[in-house]
Amino acid sequence: MKSDPHPFADTHLRKRHRRARWFKNLTLFAIGLSISFLFYFLTDMVVKGLPAFQQTYIKVTIHYTTQSQSNPFAALDKSYRKIISRAWYRALPQQMAVNPALLNTQAEVWALADDQVDQYLKGHYHNLKPKERTLVDHLQAKGEVVLKFNALFFSHSDSKIPEFAGLKSAMVGSVLTLFITMVLAFPLGVMTAVYLEEFAIDNRWTQFIEININNLAAIPSILFGLLGLAIFINLFGLPRSSALVGGLTLALMTLPIIIVSARAALRSIPDSIRQAGYGLGLSKLQVVQDHVLPLAFPGILTGSIIGLAHAMGETAPLIIIGMIAFIPDSPDSFTQAATVMPAQIFTWAGMPERAYIEKTAAAIMVLLGVLLSFNGLAIYLRKKFAVKW
Amino acid sequence: MENKIKVTGLNLWYGDNHALNNVSIDIYKNHITALIGPSGCGKSTFLRCLNRMNDLIRNIRITGDVVIDGKNIYDKDVDEVSVRKHIGMVFQQPNPFPKSIYDNVAYAPLKHGQVKKGQTCDDLVEQSLRRANLWVEVKDKLQQPGTSLSGGQQQRLCIARTIAVQPEVILMDEPTSALDPISTEKIEALMLELKQDYSIITVTHNMQQAARVADYTAFFHLGLLIEYAETETIFINPVQKKTEDYVTGRYG
Repeated sequence: MKSDPHPFADTHLRKRHRRARWFKNLTLFAIGLSISFLFYFLTDMVVKGLPAFQQTYIKVTIHYTTQSQSNPFAALDKSYRKIISRAWYRALPQQMAVNPALLNTQAEVWALADDQVDQYLKGHYHNLKPKERTLVDHLQAKGEVVLKFNALFFSHSDSKIPEFAGLKSAMVGSVLTLFITMVLAFPLGVMTAVYLEEFAIDNRWTQFIEININNLAAIPSILFGLLGLAIFINLFGLPRSSALVGGLTLALMTLPIIIVSARAALRSIPDSIRQAGYGLGLSKLQVVQDHVLPLAFPGILTGSIIGLAHAMGETAPLIIIGMIAFIPDSPDSFTQAATVMPAQIFTWAGMPERAYIEKTAAAIMVLLGVLLSFNGLAIYLRKKFAVKW
Repeated sequence: MENKIKVTGLNLWYGDNHALNNVSIDIYKNHITALIGPSGCGKSTFLRCLNRMNDLIRNIRITGDVVIDGKNIYDKDVDEVSVRKHIGMVFQQPNPFPKSIYDNVAYAPLKHGQVKKGQTCDDLVEQSLRRANLWVEVKDKLQQPGTSLSGGQQQRLCIARTIAVQPEVILMDEPTSALDPISTEKIEALMLELKQDYSIITVTHNMQQAARVADYTAFFHLGLLIEYAETETIFINPVQKKTEDYVTGRYG
């Protein structure tokens, strides 16, 4: 038998260390895998979506004639017929009607190219005929075909003509919807949380309310859509597809999230602060309003912003209440038909034209950008309002 | 010797737990009364009956009279918020508001309408801080957060905050148990100064402290007031066997 080398020798220890290492590697593998998924998703999105921020334009000479007033295709050389966007042609008679002085003049402009030309230039699948392809190649060699920043994507609304489709109505719809949600869910949620945390007596009735709120936070969102449909549209008769109904429905959905997070924020305020207030002869309202709420505010705000960001990315309940509709004009009131960004993404994802793939990815990028800035805002506000202890 | 608080037949139940059993005691004006006893004996509960802090706890039942200046504070026509304004309280853990030193002191008097913003308020803050022996240490940093002070200074800030409301009685719930010996000494010296203007009732686990500062000492055990007398009597010549066992450290 070998003599013990030293008093701390432990033959089992190596095995225990090996198991610890193995476990640590497993956790590392898990985090590595999730990061690579995320990385793949983001890269794919950016690679697919970035081209959508550029759009092809072709230099053309417009002939404003009496003939082109009724048949816009006559305004350009016949060879351009297939490579210029139909939507661009359609706008010509309107242009002439507004400005009659244009008649019998010519103008050299950059015209929006057809989506097939656009896809061809970006190296994607296209169905241009050889003749048209030669023409595009020829024009490109002359510098009369260029990719420009796609301002249309932000200034136009949805269209069945892919090169003309933009995100504006969806963005406006999202803003209007979220406004309603915020105005409703934030005060109601915070008030409910304050009541339950600071004023309510702990009895069966409040426990019942509490359990229901926690359950509501876990209900599939599409059920809120059905609720919205049943109550706001069928019972109250509010206009279908409108930002008002969408906002109300999302408010119902966000409410439990705001309540739960606001309660957590209020509960984290030490009782000694309340005791100090009561000990000085302050009333309940003074204690809550001047001491508890200011301390809990950063937490409440963070929770609420996360809740609103959640609402912003929500699609299912809005499909049920009809906000998935094709909206070619951006709404300018709460009661007009509207759509929201995630619903627009859903619509575009189902379009057959190849050009919508990059539009979809680009819209996802915009949505992600907005959501990230929401989270950034939450962090900023948390830092700004945090009270030092 | 003037009587400030007269408690007769005070009983308190937490649910089914009979925490205070028929306590009767007279507390004298401008004296320090210490409440001692083992943990869970009801001394803190008793203290909190004197400014109706126990009203904040649910499932509680109180019977008996607590007469302060000739008025039973448990009468129907007495608002507990007003009671707490007259009977100040200092807690075990220093708990300044996370506001500036100035606001800590000025907040409650402003809310009670005792002073208006401006010179009178500044004067009250200075006077209260001086009274709490804190003015010299903080006069140049009144706008700094109260929580930036040391533990002992925070506790003196809490005392300043309490006396700013101009109470007549100050309740102290183990005011030095979270503090080091030097801070403790300062608080004790302050208590001796303050008793000229206020009646002080303090709960303490530290029997030396009771012996050092208190004029009267009450010994509680299992919700009963076992013995109440001048501090010297309690510590040197107690009547009850239990009191003697406790103050000599035979149990507790």
